[in-house]
Amino acid sequence: MSDRARLMGWLILIAVLAIAPLFITSGRWIGFLEMTLFIAVLGQGWNILGGYGGQYSFGHAVFFGTGAYIQALLQFKFGWSPWITLWFAVSGAALVGAFVGYLSFRYGLKGSYFALITLAFAEAFHVLSRSFPSITEGGRGVQLALNQDPVQAISTFQFNFAGPFLKAYGFYYTIFAILLLTYWVTWWMERSRFGAQLVAIRENEDAAEALGINTFRVKMGAICLSAAVTASAGVYYVQKYLFIEPGIAYGPTKSVEALFAAIIGGVGTVLGPLLGSFFIHGVGEIAKEIIGPVFGDRPGVDLILFGLILIFVLAFVPRGLAGLLEALWKRKVGGRNA
Amino acid sequence: MELFGIHIPSYGWQTVLGSAISGVFLGSIYALVALGLTLIYGVLHIINFAHGALLMLAMYAVFYLWNSLGIDPYVAMLIVVPGGFLFGYVLQRSVISKASHGRDEIILLVTLGIAIVIENAALFFFSATERSVRVPYDLDGFDLGVTFVVYPELAALGGSLLITLALWLFMSRTDTGKAIRAVAKERQGARLVGINVDHIFAVSFGIGTACVAAAASLLVPTYAVHPQIGYLFVLIAFTVVVLGGMGSFVGALVGGFLIGITEQLGRLYMGESLGVITISVIFILVLLFRPTGLFGQRSG
Repeated sequence: MSDRARLMGWLILIAVLAIAPLFITSGRWIGFLEMTLFIAVLGQGWNILGGYGGQYSFGHAVFFGTGAYIQALLQFKFGWSPWITLWFAVSGAALVGAFVGYLSFRYGLKGSYFALITLAFAEAFHVLSRSFPSITEGGRGVQLALNQDPVQAISTFQFNFAGPFLKAYGFYYTIFAILLLTYWVTWWMERSRFGAQLVAIRENEDAAEALGINTFRVKMGAICLSAAVTASAGVYYVQKYLFIEPGIAYGPTKSVEALFAAIIGGVGTVLGPLLGSFFIHGVGEIAKEIIGPVFGDRPGVDLILFGLILIFVLAFVPRGLAGLLEALWKRKVGGRNA
Repeated sequence: MELFGIHIPSYGWQTVLGSAISGVFLGSIYALVALGLTLIYGVLHIINFAHGALLMLAMYAVFYLWNSLGIDPYVAMLIVVPGGFLFGYVLQRSVISKASHGRDEIILLVTLGIAIVIENAALFFFSATERSVRVPYDLDGFDLGVTFVVYPELAALGGSLLITLALWLFMSRTDTGKAIRAVAKERQGARLVGINVDHIFAVSFGIGTACVAAAASLLVPTYAVHPQIGYLFVLIAFTVVVLGGMGSFVGALVGGFLIGITEQLGRLYMGESLGVITISVIFILVLLFRPTGLFGQRSG
């Protein structure tokens, strides 16, 4: 795909995402879009380290949860502005990324072993967040005070009682802005020297090392960036739901959803996580519509499908939906240009 | 005593010994779950993320055999162990080997996908309700002075020792066992001397699943079944396998006991909630400093 066509595609996609909600009046579908973009940001966080760097993490919740907890606790304990705390949330998660990365990469953990250690870190943070009620409020979780004053909607980063526009679309445009920022960062990374070195490590770490790439430093950079992007989704989550608890923050669900979106959408591509998130949540909604009337509102249907889609994609579409799209485009245009 | 702001209580030796003994029994359960996992790793070099989900599925099978047909959980072993073998064999041959293209990270992801499908299918069909089997003898046992031991715990301990012994005998004495070891050591060479590698892979996966089915029978009298129980056990089982050395049966047994005792002492001294962090900490430390574990062979 030529660069111009690619840029055009992006601009159209961004324009559609920017104005689509204005044509949607149903709160349910706004909620669906918010959820999809939220998982798309989580997926991009995973993709930076896993997709570009080839370091498959099974415990990305450790970064999501840390971002969310810092965002919630600094407001809850000290009454800081959410616009201040978010910087601490994102950089705090990056620090945790540096900690996990330093230990894992210094001792040369790769492949499955890296996946296991990230899982262990997520579990350790899970237990810690549950076990120190004096710091984290323990298993009850942190509940932020609801602001009911429309004037303070922006300053408290809460849109539940804001004017009609912000109330309906405030959180959609928040996650849309986070998505634009994090995807732009990823796009920039992909074209940078750093991104090229990261991909070289994924393809062959020993060769990359032999070429003079400081693989430890590049991987450290990738895990910090990945953690920061993932934490930005945590910031959004806390502002939207005004609540965080150990299971949501550090449980396996967020790690799994991030990984699903990235792998199904196509690892190592900027667009992949967004495509993946749209695809699985679209399928999930359709499945609920079909199965709901027959079996009632039972949990589990969407995740059964996500799991099956994951296995199917791994088996038959190794480059994910983004790769599929690229191949289709080439087949269509290739004939003309060849 | 205070340590890092955490109050560390002091106990008499009876309490500590009692805790350690209950740790041995808990550890035998961990070892049971880990044995199948370590076999699968040793041969296929894959980390089977679906192991916990398979345990949960087998526990549901044992529960329903008891609930609808009145079959005792220990007798149910005669059904779930062959069933587990078949299920594992087919799963490896028809899904895992086909979807993974032989790449380690992909296999890990495929087994994760399988785990999520099984776990949520259980949630969908059986709901999140905890189900437990109350056998008539579940509270019978004997007093050791420092702690009370019930017969199901004793059965689990005996079961873990017997299964370890059986696996060891199988691997060293039978032709299939020798073929499995050959494949584990040298895949290409085994293929060249006429061993059907795909078949042996599936057999190993089947035996690993049969082990976890046996573990399920031994667990059901003391543990309630719910869809998430597999996830709880799989993390511990990974820790046991890594600590004992991937692929080592004796390692799984010793690792299980060590983790069980550490967890119980951790709970005693650090409280119910924080105590379980000992497992994650051991896991991280072993992965970092001795990834081959206590009994594992050093290899590439």
